[in-house]
Amino acid sequence: MSAVLPTAAAAPVAPTRFLSLKHWFGVFAALVAVLVVAPVLNLVVPEGSVFHMSDFAVGLVGKIMCYAICALAMDLIWGYTGILSLGHGVFFALGGYAMGMYLMRQIGTDGQYRSEMPDFMVFLNWKEFPWHWSLSDSFVFQALMVVLVPGLLAFVFGFFAFRSRIKGVYFSIITQAMTFAAMLLFFRNETGFGGNNGFTDFKRILGVPIATPDMRMFLFVLTGCTLIGFFVLARWLVNSKFGRVLQAIRDAESRVMFTGYDPIRYKLTIWVISAVMCGIAGALYVPQVGIINPSEMSPAASIEMAIWAAVGGRGTLIGPIVGAFFVNGGKSLFTQYFPEFWLYVLGALFIAVTLFLPNGIVGLLRRAKKETRA
Amino acid sequence: MLRRFVLCCLLLCAPFGALALTPEQAKAIADGDSDERIAALTAAAAEGAPGLAEFVQALLDDAVKVAGDKVYIVRDDKAVDAATGAPATLPAEAEDVVNNNRVRGALNAARASLQLFSPDVVARRAGVTELQKESLEEAQLPLIEKAYAAETDAALKAALERMRATILVSSPDKAKRLAAVEALAGSGQSTVASLIQERLAPDAETDPEVRAKLGMALDGIRAKLAWGERAGVVFTGISLGSILLLAALGLAITYGLMGVINMAHGELIMIGAYATYVVQNVFKAYLPGIFDLYILAAIPLAFLAAALVGAAMERSVIRWLYGRPLETLLATWGISLVLMQGVRTLFGAQNVPVENPAWLSGGVQVFSNLTLPFNRIAIIVFAALVLGGLAYLVARTRLGLFVRGVTQNRRMAACVGVNTAKVDTYAFALGSGIAGLAGCALSQVGNVGPDLGQSYIVDSFLVVVLGGVGQLAGTVYAALGLGVLNKLLEGWAGAVLAKIMVLVFIVIFIQKRPQGIFAMKGRSAEA
Repeated sequence: MSAVLPTAAAAPVAPTRFLSLKHWFGVFAALVAVLVVAPVLNLVVPEGSVFHMSDFAVGLVGKIMCYAICALAMDLIWGYTGILSLGHGVFFALGGYAMGMYLMRQIGTDGQYRSEMPDFMVFLNWKEFPWHWSLSDSFVFQALMVVLVPGLLAFVFGFFAFRSRIKGVYFSIITQAMTFAAMLLFFRNETGFGGNNGFTDFKRILGVPIATPDMRMFLFVLTGCTLIGFFVLARWLVNSKFGRVLQAIRDAESRVMFTGYDPIRYKLTIWVISAVMCGIAGALYVPQVGIINPSEMSPAASIEMAIWAAVGGRGTLIGPIVGAFFVNGGKSLFTQYFPEFWLYVLGALFIAVTLFLPNGIVGLLRRAKKETRA
Repeated sequence: MLRRFVLCCLLLCAPFGALALTPEQAKAIADGDSDERIAALTAAAAEGAPGLAEFVQALLDDAVKVAGDKVYIVRDDKAVDAATGAPATLPAEAEDVVNNNRVRGALNAARASLQLFSPDVVARRAGVTELQKESLEEAQLPLIEKAYAAETDAALKAALERMRATILVSSPDKAKRLAAVEALAGSGQSTVASLIQERLAPDAETDPEVRAKLGMALDGIRAKLAWGERAGVVFTGISLGSILLLAALGLAITYGLMGVINMAHGELIMIGAYATYVVQNVFKAYLPGIFDLYILAAIPLAFLAAALVGAAMERSVIRWLYGRPLETLLATWGISLVLMQGVRTLFGAQNVPVENPAWLSGGVQVFSNLTLPFNRIAIIVFAALVLGGLAYLVARTRLGLFVRGVTQNRRMAACVGVNTAKVDTYAFALGSGIAGLAGCALSQVGNVGPDLGQSYIVDSFLVVVLGGVGQLAGTVYAALGLGVLNKLLEGWAGAVLAKIMVLVFIVIFIQKRPQGIFAMKGRSAEA
């Protein structure tokens, strides 16, 4: 149906220059905030001061910035290409697990059993590392895996799915089945990823203790820069010709095909980019949060990523970031003060956004701005 | 249950006051060293001492006290002399008889063997069943032979013969051993198989002729057991398939016919299960006399509860999102979160207990290693009934006609006077109600908790997608096929890997046939 009667484009037409002067200024301000303001407030300003940024806040914002990367990735594939993935949690978790494997090896003999092997392997009575752990003590190799594993899985999965022209809801459902299967697989001890408990109790990264304020701040800054970098990259992507084709695929895939483009290549490219972004977000997430387990692969976790993008406003790039902060900020507030009500709020958010705010918070603000001008 | 039943039988066979153990026997059974007590018990049982049954039962109930030479049975604060059955006053120094596990086992065996002589065939059957669980010893042989000689029921006679054979198979007499193996070969029980295996150990049986016979007997029994296992896999597969079918049928209406992606479908199943729980509690509190019939009242109420919630969902949310499947998916996911949390608020986060009515518990034994539980059979029948009802409703009634009309061509249906908005609500309520029925059925075989629906949502979507959208027949084949496939793989690779393999299989299958097993022909397929 949608191929014949295109629904109205959700996104306003993007400007031709991919970042205007104003936008460059915004990016610069964000960089300053992440690189200078936050470290100073956290490390230099004394603890009693009102301007002090607590370690808790650093951890929380750092975590949410990882989520924001996922939301951005989600937006590229859903907001700009019209493909709703319910399986991005897998890519996120795979990136996290790849980083987690390295961090597990960094524990060395400081685990509970004082063994070279990670505790869960000692517990399972394994005598040597399984094959997929053989290079896990190399940071470079695992960092490569952070990119390659989600990328490769996305490529294979996407190649078959897009080639057989699975689209729309079908695609959403089989991505959900994929994440469900992956979760079941990672829950098993035999898989060699710590089963139920996953990886935790990390001690150091690159030989540096992981729980020090400096290290935490470093990871925070790294995450912030990655987020800003991805934002600029996404901006460039969607304003390029490539991005235009993606939006055309979203609005009328058949027409794109009939005008001589091969939508599969475009879809596959953006799908892999999006998965890799999620994998990197996961790798940044794990050392900051200190744990990775299969619950990150639950269908619920993946579908929540969609709501971050939707709340902020899909089809805009700043929207998903706003949405990730809004939803996860709300989540940590509610789970702290009214844990009973969070799911009601989240549920209501899902309903309200789809019914009343198709363009999210950003869309709402833009409309308000337009109306005041008029 | 069985215990109470056995007690009743014992009371029937041994009228009160007819105790006639000798005081020495009673004392020897109740007091002293475990080995001596068991010996005394076996001797008394072989002799068929009258009144022993009641005494053994009292010992098992911890109702026996000993004071000096006298043994007393104390029930409801009234003491009787164990030997004479005459009322007595309990001496202050009387001590409880303590039975360790070994004595308890011997007492159980004695009780069972005493039942072998009951005039009631049901009691004898219970005795045989009980004895089959025990490891029999040489000393019990005379007793079993006596019972075998007296037995008239053919099935019980065969069981007793096998029991005798399990003892005789280690007899020093070769002829007896051969005869015993012969008798054992007819059995289909795994315990017999392991017994034979024990005898086949190098130092157990030395005679080559007997060993050969043992080997043949073992093969025969294993073959029988294998059949039982195969039948079991097929049955559990069909059972799982019928559960999947029930869970997916509602979705076949809401998704298959109407095209609504309802991620809250699992929660509608959960609502049906909780409705069953509530009905059960109401019956327990106000109508305990007809508690066993609660399920009959729960079925329509589960349907209604889920249908009402479904109608409310359609009217308030889904109606505004027709033609926007991805948005519908997200909104209904939100609804599912709210419903789950609502149930947690109302009933707590823990699972709630739903009892089977008495007529659904238990099962029918087909092979020695295969018992088909009644509740599973009932669900298969129930799924078939729901399927039949739904097929009739869609194909033969006015509502079904309207639903098909609206899904095929909404505008044309509206033009000829169908109130399409109303039909949408009814159809959605129908699909939701069927989810409620699924919940009612699931409450009989699984846990009822707030997460109940989550475990079925992925499966039921896959069933519908695999079967082909808009197809009831496809849904049926997909559900049963997936159920059996899942159980077959489970036996081979374990539950989790089987599940993963099935998911991978479906993903690959959808690659090959995106429209499911039964693709719809014509334009609607490209929608």
